[in-house]
Amino acid sequence: MTDTRERASAIDPPYDAPDYHSSGLRHPTRPLFALHAGPTELHGPVFGETAVRPADADLTTQHAGEPLGERIIVSGRLLDDGGRPIAGQLVEIWQTNSAGRYAHGGDQHPAPLDPNFTGAGRCLTGPDGEYRFVSIKPGAYPWRNHPNAWRPCHIHFSVFGRAFTERLVTQMYFPGDPLLALDPIYNAVSEPARPRMVSTFDLGTTIEEWALGYQFDVVVNGHLATPMVG
Amino acid sequence: MAVPAPTPAQTVGPFFRIGFAWLDTPELVAPSHPGAIRIEGAVFDGAGTPLPDAVLEIFQADPEGRFPPDSGPEWSGFGRCLTDEEGRYHFVSVKPGSVAPESAPHVAMSVFARGLLQRLVTRCYFGDETDANGRDPVLRTIGDRATTLVAAVAEGCYRFDIHIQGDKETAFFAW
Repeated sequence: MTDTRERASAIDPPYDAPDYHSSGLRHPTRPLFALHAGPTELHGPVFGETAVRPADADLTTQHAGEPLGERIIVSGRLLDDGGRPIAGQLVEIWQTNSAGRYAHGGDQHPAPLDPNFTGAGRCLTGPDGEYRFVSIKPGAYPWRNHPNAWRPCHIHFSVFGRAFTERLVTQMYFPGDPLLALDPIYNAVSEPARPRMVSTFDLGTTIEEWALGYQFDVVVNGHLATPMVG
Repeated sequence: MAVPAPTPAQTVGPFFRIGFAWLDTPELVAPSHPGAIRIEGAVFDGAGTPLPDAVLEIFQADPEGRFPPDSGPEWSGFGRCLTDEEGRYHFVSVKPGSVAPESAPHVAMSVFARGLLQRLVTRCYFGDETDANGRDPVLRTIGDRATTLVAAVAEGCYRFDIHIQGDKETAFFAW
């Protein structure tokens, strides 16, 4: 059988990305060892439904009042690279508030905190791999990577596949964001693969007179799994 | 049917605590659990500076070498620990059983951090399994850098430091 799957280097960013300065002292300089994944890597945790409540998928109802900002729905499916849905697995997200400020003590951006927004959500995928979050659109924010550097609006996504090999943390971006072209984290990925991190505005997901809808499928890398040798 | 294209990885950034803290689970078993072990260490960058903004995740078999769902509802095999201000982490677990012929007991480990565009993957072996480690096909492949994957037996714990870069650089895996 011909292996038509992409090489990892065509999908994932390199560890050493000079334009992303934080990677300078935080990337390995010696060659990685090719591992034939063993049983430990080819299995993964199973998260019970008790770990996650349905309300955890709505980031707009975690406080006494409603957060400020543009209400959005982000939904999609968790898939393997054969297109098969991954059911019952954990999706975690975190993001800034609508002003571009994280509810984190380390974020010194002088934009207002929103007492009604923490910016964390999670859910388990449904039988068809589907997930759905209600949130507000995150804001852009400055960072100190280079002069006048701003991160494009994004939502951090953390997903568990069926195996340790399929664990993935990524970021979901928004279509048409002018900051994407200037962002060293987004652009560390090979050009053909970058659009896979950008959600699609979807009128079918949009709810009339209530929230804009975005679609974002997350596809985990089955290419990581290789025959076991021990 | 067209197959979907894999989604690229991106860094967890500096503020992952917002999304990860709810599942900060360094104890896979209680410290009082029979056979409980402690794995601890710190994560360092290429200048030898500890990383206060890293998160480690482990996955491992139970003592009988089983994984979920075969290991039953009490064993997830999963742990997560966010490093502290000195870059330190710890896990409380049990030593995993053998999962394949010739395979020495080991824990699979992911390292995420600000500055890491995708996770690093490694394995943690145990310093008191000298014979099994000597037979382990993965350790044998790695040669003299295999020592970076073997946790040292220390007072009340196994010590496993992770050096992302530099002379002591940990052996990391790709697939």
